[in-house]
Amino acid sequence: MKFSTLVADGCTATMPESSQVKDARRCSVECRTPPLSQFSQSSLPLHRNSHRLSTFCTEHNLQECLSHISQEVSLLGLSSGWTESDSGSQLNVVAVLNCMYDLIQLHHRSLRTLENMEIEQLKLSSNMDFLKINNTHLKEEVEVSKRQNMGLLERERQLQLKLKSLQNCLKNEKEEVQKLQNIISSRACQFNHEMKRREREFTKLKERLNQLLADKKDRKPAIDVLNNIGRADGKRSLWKTEKTEAKHEGEMYRTLLSNYDMRQREMVLENAELRKVMHQVKKEMVSILKSRKLIPKGENYDHNDTQAASDEDDEVFDPSKESLELFCIDAREKLTNSIRLQWRRLKSHVERLDSQVSLTQISESNNDDVVPRENHEEEMDRLKMEIQRCKDFIQKQQQLLQKQLSCVCNEDSVSLQNDGYMLQEKKRLGEEWKSLEEQRKSFERERRNFTEAAIRLSHERKIFEEDRGTWLKQQFLSMSPFGNSKQLHVPKSASALLIAETEVSAPMGPETLSEWQPDSASPIPRSVSLTSSSAADLECELRLIPENGVTCSSSKHRKAEHFEELSPLCKNISLRDKQWRESEDLSNYSLTPEKSSSI
Amino acid sequence: MNFSEVFKQSNHLCKVSPDGKYLATCVQYRLVVRDLSTLQILQLYTCLDQVSHMEWSSDSLFILCAMYKRGLVQVWSLEQPDWHCKIDEGSIGLVSSRWSPDGRHILNTTEFHLRITVWSLCTKAVSYIKYPKACQKGIDFSRDGCYMALAERRDCKDYVSIFVCDDWHLLRHFETETQDLAGLEWSPNGCVLAVWDSCLEYKVLLYSLDGRLLSTYSAYEWSLGVKSVSWSPSSQFLAIGSYDEKVRILNHITWKKIVQFEHPATIDNTKAIVYKEVERRPAMVSDELSLHNITMSPTLLSTQSKYEICPLPVHIPVVKPEPDRANPKIGVSVLAFSSDSRYLATKNDNMATAIWVWDLQKMSLAAVLEHTSAVRCIMWDPRRPRLALCTGNSKLYLWSPGGCVSVQVPAEGSFHVQSLNWHWSGDSVILLGKDQLCLCYMDTDHEEE
Repeated sequence: MKFSTLVADGCTATMPESSQVKDARRCSVECRTPPLSQFSQSSLPLHRNSHRLSTFCTEHNLQECLSHISQEVSLLGLSSGWTESDSGSQLNVVAVLNCMYDLIQLHHRSLRTLENMEIEQLKLSSNMDFLKINNTHLKEEVEVSKRQNMGLLERERQLQLKLKSLQNCLKNEKEEVQKLQNIISSRACQFNHEMKRREREFTKLKERLNQLLADKKDRKPAIDVLNNIGRADGKRSLWKTEKTEAKHEGEMYRTLLSNYDMRQREMVLENAELRKVMHQVKKEMVSILKSRKLIPKGENYDHNDTQAASDEDDEVFDPSKESLELFCIDAREKLTNSIRLQWRRLKSHVERLDSQVSLTQISESNNDDVVPRENHEEEMDRLKMEIQRCKDFIQKQQQLLQKQLSCVCNEDSVSLQNDGYMLQEKKRLGEEWKSLEEQRKSFERERRNFTEAAIRLSHERKIFEEDRGTWLKQQFLSMSPFGNSKQLHVPKSASALLIAETEVSAPMGPETLSEWQPDSASPIPRSVSLTSSSAADLECELRLIPENGVTCSSSKHRKAEHFEELSPLCKNISLRDKQWRESEDLSNYSLTPEKSSSI
Repeated sequence: MNFSEVFKQSNHLCKVSPDGKYLATCVQYRLVVRDLSTLQILQLYTCLDQVSHMEWSSDSLFILCAMYKRGLVQVWSLEQPDWHCKIDEGSIGLVSSRWSPDGRHILNTTEFHLRITVWSLCTKAVSYIKYPKACQKGIDFSRDGCYMALAERRDCKDYVSIFVCDDWHLLRHFETETQDLAGLEWSPNGCVLAVWDSCLEYKVLLYSLDGRLLSTYSAYEWSLGVKSVSWSPSSQFLAIGSYDEKVRILNHITWKKIVQFEHPATIDNTKAIVYKEVERRPAMVSDELSLHNITMSPTLLSTQSKYEICPLPVHIPVVKPEPDRANPKIGVSVLAFSSDSRYLATKNDNMATAIWVWDLQKMSLAAVLEHTSAVRCIMWDPRRPRLALCTGNSKLYLWSPGGCVSVQVPAEGSFHVQSLNWHWSGDSVILLGKDQLCLCYMDTDHEEE
């Protein structure tokens, strides 16, 4: 312990504090029992003992006392202010007082320290008590947990035991189940066997019974009929021969076949129905797509337009073709493919519309304040009115139609529709006719121009010939034959070509082309052939001019360039032409395999 | 709707001739033939004993009367009343007798199913078919009368023999893949034969006319299986009712299940109309005629009833079958297609008071008819989608897609309808009581509409 160590190394007195403590201790010890050793060191132990109860210092031993005290004081580390030598018996009062004061201070200090120590001691002892109590508590706890642990271990052991027994039980049960299953299966087997045996016995008994009953004399099975009746079908019964057997077989297969036939017919009908539905769907999809492509047409001219045109072309071509090869596999594939394509287009279209709608919705929500509600309502009212008007109109039309139908009652709606289509067709054809007429006129004009040009050319040629003749004559006469004959010749032919060119480009002007454009595509290939024929005409016409073959082909080139430069409309048409040719090619391709498959 | 007077009958023996002109009834040992239009007695024949079975020949010229106890069959001619024919099966006994489709042969099944005797009325010839199997439905003639399918049991195996009815030539004979064949039935077009196993195993086999196995169907294992089988008149569907209270419909192309109808105790299908029969005291005289109720002049003692449309969900009373009894009263035992194959009526045995009508176009439940007592007999009109049913009381119930009616039979005394039979024209129904019968004439079409 700290205390004991302090006491033990008190003698060494290395540190001032510890020395103080040691001093204090010594003092306190001295207060109770002054150690004998100190006095044994001193020269006056007995003397001190004898004076102990009375006084320490007397007049006789003043010196000794003084020296003793000074010794003690110096031992205590205080400076003894007096010395025996300097004044002998006379004490330096001041020094003594100082010393005393120091001693008192020391004493006080040691007392305080003692107090502190005692307090500390108390604290420590209480701490100690607390720790002890704590320790006992903990010990108790340990005891308790140990006990619990033991209990748990015991329980675990028990459970283990139980588990083991249960496992055993389970094993037993399993074995039992297995045994029972075996028993059941063996029983089932036995039962089946018995059943079979019984059944066999039963049949044997039946046989026997049959035999017995047949042998029995008293009551035999008998039929008693007044007179035989004819067969229901009036025929006589036939002998059983191989022929009848074959006949039966044949009849059986006939019934089966007829049944399969019927089923097949039903399926064919169903197929046709489904195909019709598919056609319908496709048509509707195409019509929807068409209507969507008409809208952007007015706004922006892009490749969409031409695509729409190609769609229309498809549509115009498809039905007739597919009705021809309705049952061809190719036709079916084509149909499904086209429907798939159309469907994809429709889907993308719808998606685009959706996105547009959402966009407009967003913009509307942004501009919500700009467009007031009244406007909407007004618009709605107006539209409603319009719808009403349209409905009335439709009703009137329907009534008229009904009236017409009642007049011609044997014509059904299909023929009516056909009539409608015919009318439409007629109208279209009329328009076509008109445009063709116009074309014809322009070509007529062109031809006239050409003939005129030709006449003029021949005229010029004649003049030229004459000129040449005269010139040759002159040359011949002047005797200088090869001067500048070419210089005269070339500019003339060039001028003739120029005339031809202008005349060719005139009928292909943008105004006539723009007239063709809204028509359906059918007149276009014819117009193409016309232009090509006009080119051929042109060639023919141009061949009238001698030594001009090469320039003629070049003029054709130039004409084509001219086309391209004409206008965007023209460009469209040429594109369309191209697509037409392509589609024709495609149709050619598609036709050939069909033919092969049909063969 | 009109009713005839009540006539006597016994053993529920009362049949209309196939041509629809005559009505034959048996009263003890007498056979009475009436003109159906006038109900006047045309002929009266006296048999040797009490008749246990009676049947018209297909051409409506002959009537067969079988007396099973004595092993006798008597045949009467309508055209020649003095013509007679008696077939004695002798001591071998008789359990079943029937006409062949041509009306010139009689097939008698002897006791213990020892054999089937084929008697010809044309030649007096007799032939035997051995090893017929004793089962739910072991013999079936095709609709056109050409072929007969017969279940046989030899060497503990099931066989099916197909005979040509014309000359009883054995056309095909094949073993079936069944443990214990329970029944067989031709499709109405006569090209497919449905064969099903006993209730211990769910198995339905479909054979072509030439004996090829077309398909096998099994819905589940290890539980009681098929309880009833029925073809639709169009041969398109094969309905299979089973012990799991479900009806499965197979199609005629792939022979796979196309739909499964369940019979739940609680109906919450909003597409179905649930009609519930509500009884009323006779004192509360009908104060109003609701759309679904036509009350006839009521007899004093009987209670009136009418159908009411129940708001959903509806709970159908369920009787729990006893588990330790054989042939438990559970599962679909009755399947009936309407003549146009549009509707299917079913009855689940543990909900015996309810009849379920399914729409086969929509493949869904169309209506449920719940009654106060168990349904005895259901029958479709042969011409229209109209269902007649009886529950063993004095009322006739009718269902059509338009609605439901319960009609009191205005007979004196107690007339409990236990069974019924449509005339082929669909104009009248024969109602059979315990020992009486009565004709119910339906309104003609234009009056209905």
